[in-house]
Amino acid sequence: MDSLFSQIEPLLFNVERPARYVGGEGGSRSPIHRDGVTAWLLTYPDTYEIGLPNQGLQILYELLNDREDSLAERTYAPWVDMEAAMRANGIPLFSVENHLAASAFDVIAFNLSAELTYTNVLNLLDLGGIPLHTADRGPDDLVVVAGGHCTYNPEPLADFLDAAILGDGEEVISELTVVIGGWRALPTAERTRRELHRRLAGIEGVYVPALYQPSFEGPLQVGLEILDPAAPELVEKRTVADLGEWDYPRTPLVPLTEVVHDRLNVEVFRGCTRGCRFCQAGMITRPVRERPAAQVVEMVRRGLEHSGYDEVALTSLSTADFSDIEGVVGAVVDEAANGRRVSVSLPSLRVDAFTVATAATIQQVKRTGLTFAPEGGTWRMRRVINKLISDDDLFAAVDAAFSQGWRRVKLYFLIGLPTETDDDVLGIARLGARCVEIGRQYHQAASVTASVGGFVPKPQTPFQWHAQDSLEELTRKVAMLRLAAKATRGLSIKWHEPAATAAEGIVSRGDRRLGAVLERVWRAGGTFQEWSERFDLSRFRNALEAEGLEEHWYTTRMRDPEERLPWDHLSAGLHKDFLVGEYHDALAEVGLEDCRWTPCYDCGACTTFGLEHQVASSQPPAGGSQGTGQGLELGVRVPVGLGSRPA
Amino acid sequence: MIERTVPGRVRIRYTKIGRIRYTSQRDIARAFERTLRRAQLPIAYSEGFSPHPLLAFSLALPTGCESLAEYADLRFSAASEVPGGWQVVEEPSEADLQGIVAEFSRLMPEGVDMVSACILDGSEGSLQEEVTSCDWIVEVTGMATAQLEERVENLLSADEVPIQRERKGRMVSDDLRPGVLSLELVGPGASPGALRLHTELATKPRGVRPSELLRGLDSNLALARASRQAQWITRDGQRLEPLTADGELLGQATAPVGGR
Repeated sequence: MDSLFSQIEPLLFNVERPARYVGGEGGSRSPIHRDGVTAWLLTYPDTYEIGLPNQGLQILYELLNDREDSLAERTYAPWVDMEAAMRANGIPLFSVENHLAASAFDVIAFNLSAELTYTNVLNLLDLGGIPLHTADRGPDDLVVVAGGHCTYNPEPLADFLDAAILGDGEEVISELTVVIGGWRALPTAERTRRELHRRLAGIEGVYVPALYQPSFEGPLQVGLEILDPAAPELVEKRTVADLGEWDYPRTPLVPLTEVVHDRLNVEVFRGCTRGCRFCQAGMITRPVRERPAAQVVEMVRRGLEHSGYDEVALTSLSTADFSDIEGVVGAVVDEAANGRRVSVSLPSLRVDAFTVATAATIQQVKRTGLTFAPEGGTWRMRRVINKLISDDDLFAAVDAAFSQGWRRVKLYFLIGLPTETDDDVLGIARLGARCVEIGRQYHQAASVTASVGGFVPKPQTPFQWHAQDSLEELTRKVAMLRLAAKATRGLSIKWHEPAATAAEGIVSRGDRRLGAVLERVWRAGGTFQEWSERFDLSRFRNALEAEGLEEHWYTTRMRDPEERLPWDHLSAGLHKDFLVGEYHDALAEVGLEDCRWTPCYDCGACTTFGLEHQVASSQPPAGGSQGTGQGLELGVRVPVGLGSRPA
Repeated sequence: MIERTVPGRVRIRYTKIGRIRYTSQRDIARAFERTLRRAQLPIAYSEGFSPHPLLAFSLALPTGCESLAEYADLRFSAASEVPGGWQVVEEPSEADLQGIVAEFSRLMPEGVDMVSACILDGSEGSLQEEVTSCDWIVEVTGMATAQLEERVENLLSADEVPIQRERKGRMVSDDLRPGVLSLELVGPGASPGALRLHTELATKPRGVRPSELLRGLDSNLALARASRQAQWITRDGQRLEPLTADGELLGQATAPVGGR
């Protein structure tokens, strides 16, 4: 198969940001395709700038290229100008390394991080000349798989995916390579799609939608028939037990052009046990697996040497909760940077003064803005969502930030949370105003931005049964909040478009019938729906209507915990009674501790897979977990007056 | 650790050819910064709230255009503590320069190749201020030879060639004519149907881009290739390169360029 570059090149003068399409990143590979080597096309269904930094994709890229029996190239969604030029000139989806057509590969693997990218998945399959529906694919068509957080409810994409992979990809990618390679080597007559599906279904953590048939009574899914004995009743996620065995990416990609998160990223732990009830990532990635501190330092040192970056982000769901974070940060600055000017960032700051002190030791140079995520406007609201930060925690953090030289503070909130009252929403403006007041003690120009997103209940979380706020309700709350914030100079409100929240909600908890809806949205031109200038809710509403489905059924409806959910046959290890218990506790405004420092309450994540939390140090982070002081001495009660779980 | 030495001020000449030409000038600047850090060269930093490396480029090359003659001036400082084993010396040798050229060539992305380097004493003006014009090869499609010949003649004989261009987000009308110092249709281009122009475009008071030249010729023309062949500093009526391919500061071009 020949490089398409000579055909692509004439298009590049006339498209925005042509560097998106030429590859050449530091750390990229140009693998040689050979018979018997399974060729993966790793695909991020959004623009190059958004997709390139994705760490999951970079990890798999290295692992696959380091194996003898596999290789990997990458592709991203071409922006609309490039797509139009490609279609006009008959150029298919291509890889950015060797500029090979998608048809030169055996597998196309999508990273699913956001529901609004789903229509891009369909568009990329089409652009790659791959039959859209699994049922229409033959022995020579690519195997279409997907991984990432959204695969915990892949039903809306079930018609289009040969397999969805649940959980960590490091180990399962090898098994997939062997199975797909074996199937590709079969004589054509035996190389049926059903045979592929049976083989894939035998891999732990791999869900093959074609082997399951849901049944509906009216709008409700009432059953799920298993069509082949090879398919398990319950597909359980894969979990890498020890992150220390996977020090990837070793040669992170260094793009030639600017991308988001354009810095060295080193993952310091996976999983989270803070137990925020709205947070799907925190629920599905348990247990906590911290990387050994020495390995973090080594990965930073190696990564800086390889990339030439002057910024490193220590990434995780809540980096300030890393055991002995101060020690690690200190070692990174002292040893890994080796005298270079390097700034270290903790992208997810915990809300307390201890964390700000840590941030201050590492951000000596640029102190422009700090970001905290209290998520809820009142202590009541934060108990509901189990984000156990008191107002005083927040004020102390903000005071510390402004007093130590920062001029801008950004606060993240969600609105539309379960049990939310208008007072909870207005609490956001009150907190913001108080934070501005604190800032003014130090700088005349102190400013606070409250960034407000609409809450979408996610599968595999305690709120999976709860109703989402309607578009009208979210719009009303945003307007109310903006009005309340006007009174405070220095406080600005930024908000996520409520219509996009509505569309995300339709897909997030959707069932298999959403496949036809997504196809209609795509055929109506609805690509890049996570880009506000391209988004249009009416496409989703028209498609639902054409399929005889109701938006309300998926979004604003309260589900009974007894109801069968479209993702009940997929498991992140969490016991259903844990999720139900958490849901009830939420409604009762009862909090739950971080189980790293208190006895196990058996959510299922560890016990199901025979795992344990892995911490890098027996030293809890400064301030204790969640900034509550919890864990400073093991067994100490949390000093924020939590209720106890009902027996 | 090997002891390596580096002058305090250096001018380098480099190319931007191949796929790297689809990156912007800003991307190239960032690649230089990453390379300086990887090589652990003791680049000097500016003072102030957010220090930046003292690295100055000549006139920005538009994204998509290639070049055989790009320049950057670098300043190194003994005060910049890096553990790379480089020493800043007052009287550097030719070998010091070659060390830098070799290190950059090894570490910069493919297509950015170091051509030559020379030592500066600090009395030189900045590249941005000194360069007055550039030679280009511009290849276009969308027109037959005779027709394009006519357009070239029309442009050269016109007193004024108004074109619309964007300035600070607003469209303004500008006279292109004074910026076109020479223009000649020389024959077919490299790609099928393309025609090749040689042109010298002024950089003062505002730089003329190849795409703007096309708009002044005919709106039906499409740009197939643009390649900067030389940048010129005018001294006493003479055109001199900021640094020749042979490493001479402010020298005569060593090979005829731009069809002259």
